[in-house]
Amino acid sequence: MRQTCLNMVHELAKRDERVVFAGSDLSPGLLADMKREMPDRWYMEGITEQNLIGMTAGLAKEGYIPYANTIATFITRRCYEQVAVDLCLHDLPVRLIGNGGGLVYAPLGPTHLAIEDIAIMRALPNMTVTCVCDAKEMVRLMNATLDWPHPIYIRLAKGGDPVVSREELGFAIGKAIPMRRARSKRSAVLMSTGVMTTNSLAAADLLVKDGIDTSVVHFHTIKPLDKETALDFARDAELVVTVEEGIRIGGFGSAITDVLVEHLGTAAPKVKRLGLPDEFPHNYGLQDDLFDIYGLMPNQIAASVGKAVQMKNKVA
Amino acid sequence: MATSAEAVQIIKPATPPLDERSKYLRKLVVRTLEGGERGHVGSSMSLIEIMRVLYDDVLRYRPKEPQWRDRDRMILSKGHGCIALYVMLADKGFFPLDTLDTFCRRDSILGGHPEAGKVPGVEASTGALGHGLSISVGVALAVRMQKRDSRVIVVLGDGEIDEGSVWEAAMCAGKHHLSNLTAVIDYNKVQSAGPTREIQDLEPLADKWRAFNFGTVEVDGHDVEALRAVFHRLPLVQDRPTAIICHTVKGKGIRFAENDANWHHKSKINKDVVAKLYGALEE
Repeated sequence: MRQTCLNMVHELAKRDERVVFAGSDLSPGLLADMKREMPDRWYMEGITEQNLIGMTAGLAKEGYIPYANTIATFITRRCYEQVAVDLCLHDLPVRLIGNGGGLVYAPLGPTHLAIEDIAIMRALPNMTVTCVCDAKEMVRLMNATLDWPHPIYIRLAKGGDPVVSREELGFAIGKAIPMRRARSKRSAVLMSTGVMTTNSLAAADLLVKDGIDTSVVHFHTIKPLDKETALDFARDAELVVTVEEGIRIGGFGSAITDVLVEHLGTAAPKVKRLGLPDEFPHNYGLQDDLFDIYGLMPNQIAASVGKAVQMKNKVA
Repeated sequence: MATSAEAVQIIKPATPPLDERSKYLRKLVVRTLEGGERGHVGSSMSLIEIMRVLYDDVLRYRPKEPQWRDRDRMILSKGHGCIALYVMLADKGFFPLDTLDTFCRRDSILGGHPEAGKVPGVEASTGALGHGLSISVGVALAVRMQKRDSRVIVVLGDGEIDEGSVWEAAMCAGKHHLSNLTAVIDYNKVQSAGPTREIQDLEPLADKWRAFNFGTVEVDGHDVEALRAVFHRLPLVQDRPTAIICHTVKGKGIRFAENDANWHHKSKINKDVVAKLYGALEE
């Protein structure tokens, strides 16, 4: 996904002279072809995230469309004020490409885990927050970024992620994609973002075997949130389970819950939010190890849905 | 490596007395403070001659066409000194003088820190410190890529350059040989909490900028002729950005406020205070 994303920066730069790339201290040879072909639109500025964001703001002010890239937690946490003031307050079309969103850098420990990036980015006025599920969808997102008039946070997954997105379902920033529709509207709905959509689809397959028909709705855009699709699926659902690779406080599940509570009030279905609790992860291992610890593997998601459905039926 | 800029150090032993134009602009500052009943007094007064020379003698701009593509860009990174900018923009006709009377009021375009898109002539929204130089680096790179001859001037406060982001940006400007970029430092030696030498000593300041590959010069920031002379020599060193360290006096022109951190910002500026401020300018 990361390579696809960067290749797309090069493709977009060929297509449009406004596109520039600005990285911090990334891999040697990164976008070497672009650097060779258009050296004045390729920047590598060292470990200076605050400056990188301000610099891209200045470029955008003068008509360029900068794609800024570094590790997700550093492009969000480290330079949050620059993102807020230089990009969002000025509403400039800078794209922040965050490598290794969520738990990708599990072996590197909590300094490198972007667990609250979705929460803090969506809190900023004018910011668009995206989290696609695979490389194919990344291509569709990147094509859509060119003329989007606001700053965008592009959260990257690990890379080599299974392709589950489908071109025929279309793509537009701010429009959620129903990936699987239950036969009955009165069923469980999994609402997910990023690679959690992959795990949610796998969970839905497991749930069918248990007789629980489950819809899966993929939100590649967390902000602006597709309220209509969220409400359409939630209105008659027995249960909504949100799934995200990040902290639950202020994250994707919070965004969904806000919409359901505000628009459906007491008629809102039961909602369960899966994601990280209010803590920094204590373990290392692989991304899947942390998924396992936080109940984000397909069988665990299925179990959470199954348990919640059973409890609801008991209460009923 | 020391640069030839050292040869153009222009520091006069004594600042000439303020002339009528400098006093007039300061009176507009007081008028603005009266309108808002508050404002950064000392931080604005130290900037007056810098702003005056920039807008009277240096910058290329069109007041009725503030987004004119070939204008020079002036970014006030020390956004809290905005009253000095507002009075210059009003004086030049970017907006009517009586807009100054609305300073900080509910529906005014003139806030306590300047906002781009709201105030004609304001290039960037500043106030959070340590942002302007990075933005200016991006603008200077863009201008160069577009092969335009616009110059980029960024005005920084001395307290502001405590921020690490300023030095990230300085490194970047030096690396890119941004000779179309000039950083002006309003070195009034007093920050909000007290003297800079006590709070966070900046010395040796000129050496710092030189070490970051800026052509660097020091000048009396209230000496109009000296400022003109420096600005007309830009860039001081070929293929390098310029740093102009302006030695200024916090609260310049208001005797009882000069060099006093208590006058960094004042609220509750009532008629009596306004009268005292006007009175000081007549001394």
